[in-house]
Amino acid sequence: MTEPLLVGTDLFKMYGTTPALRGSSLTVRAGEIVAVMGSSGSGKSTLLHCLAGIVRPDDGTVVYAGREISAMSDVERSALRRRDFGFVFQFGQLVPELTCVENVALPLRLDGVRRKEAERRSREWLDRLEVGDVAGKLPGQISGGQGQRVAVARALVTEPKVVFADEPTGALDSLNGERVMQLLGQAARDTGAAVVLVTHEPRVAAYADREVVVRDGASLDLERVA
Amino acid sequence: MSIGHSFLGLLEGRPRHGYDLKRAYDERFSPGRPLHHGQVYATLSRLLKNGLVVVDGLEPGEGPERKRYAVTDAGITDVQEWLSQPEKPEPYLQSVLYTKVVLALMTGRPADEILDVQRTEHLRLMREVTRRKTGGDLAEQLICDHALFHLEADLRWLELTAARLNELAARVRP
Ligand SMILES: Nc1ncnc2c1ncn2[C@@H]1O[C@H](COP(=O)(O)OP(=O)(O)OP(=O)(O)O)[C@@H](O)[C@H]1O
Ligand SMILES: [Mg+2]
Repeated sequence: MTEPLLVGTDLFKMYGTTPALRGSSLTVRAGEIVAVMGSSGSGKSTLLHCLAGIVRPDDGTVVYAGREISAMSDVERSALRRRDFGFVFQFGQLVPELTCVENVALPLRLDGVRRKEAERRSREWLDRLEVGDVAGKLPGQISGGQGQRVAVARALVTEPKVVFADEPTGALDSLNGERVMQLLGQAARDTGAAVVLVTHEPRVAAYADREVVVRDGASLDLERVA
Repeated sequence: MSIGHSFLGLLEGRPRHGYDLKRAYDERFSPGRPLHHGQVYATLSRLLKNGLVVVDGLEPGEGPERKRYAVTDAGITDVQEWLSQPEKPEPYLQSVLYTKVVLALMTGRPADEILDVQRTEHLRLMREVTRRKTGGDLAEQLICDHALFHLEADLRWLELTAARLNELAARVRP
């Protein structure tokens, strides 16, 4: 088995007086897809945000490729998020003023790739996700399912090591949701990216390699139950 | 549905007569579809023969209905084994799972672990079917989808039951 790439250990997070995480741990190995499940409000999104370095835990550590994320400077951390991580959320993630291909190219542009090259690579990714035809359209002119595919393309265009996906299929009907998951899973396998996938749909979770359940802010690795 | 294991679980609380076992089983696990006397008799003689129960009292009269049965250590081990093994995921499992959960609660075992183990088994099968579906032609995909929807329904039931365990415990505990 490959060694751990991302390790969250004993994470605690309070929002005011609400405990969102109470000793949650999760290990992600390179290239694996981990489904994070659990009821609404159990702390799944908070766990994902801590692992991705978006939210700083009150206690506990997140170690990525041997380095502790909370010990990094803001500049280092945002560079890490831009280069090594990709993100897909449930909605509202595409910039409405930019065309789809410009949206996908955005992370590359932020990392200094020239426009022509960035857009060429972006079009390839749109084709892979079967939405090459919407490249020139604005996000407001495409369907929800197409939008999610564009978002997946944007998350993968930098060929990240870890993709964080929070209910990526949550707003889609089951056929479209599954197709998006299939494409995300395939693209991750092709590029060797690991995926942390928050979902409440068992049929979507079934595309993962294993499952972790979050209950009241603590996580339970079902592998260890069996 | 394992009548034998259910009997053993029911006997864990206290020794019971054959007629009492049948009544408890019918009431809790099979409302509207009572066991035949033949089934009760056959089950109890098998349990006796295998050393999982012993006769620990007799009432005047004839037949297994009149005998009082007690579970043995081997019998308790046997229920424990049954409760801790996940069922093979398949449609219409609910009544077995329901029985396991109720028996665990009645005998003070961790019912949430039974649900977690089962959930793991269901998801394992869903992953397997999903892999088969991904590589299959349309017919194969549709057959897999049928299985997936059923498994998903089971999983939802497992989640719902997990969320209501305390409520259920309050009802079934003696
Ligand atoms: N920014 C915030 N401010 C205050 N409380 C928050 C914030 N984010 C989360 N919480 C609280 O923390 C707890 C965990 O929330 P979280 O969003 O992680 O749950 P979740 O498992 O992702 O739920 P859902 O399935 O509904 O998305 C909840 O009680 C929530 O109300
Ligand atoms: Mg959430």
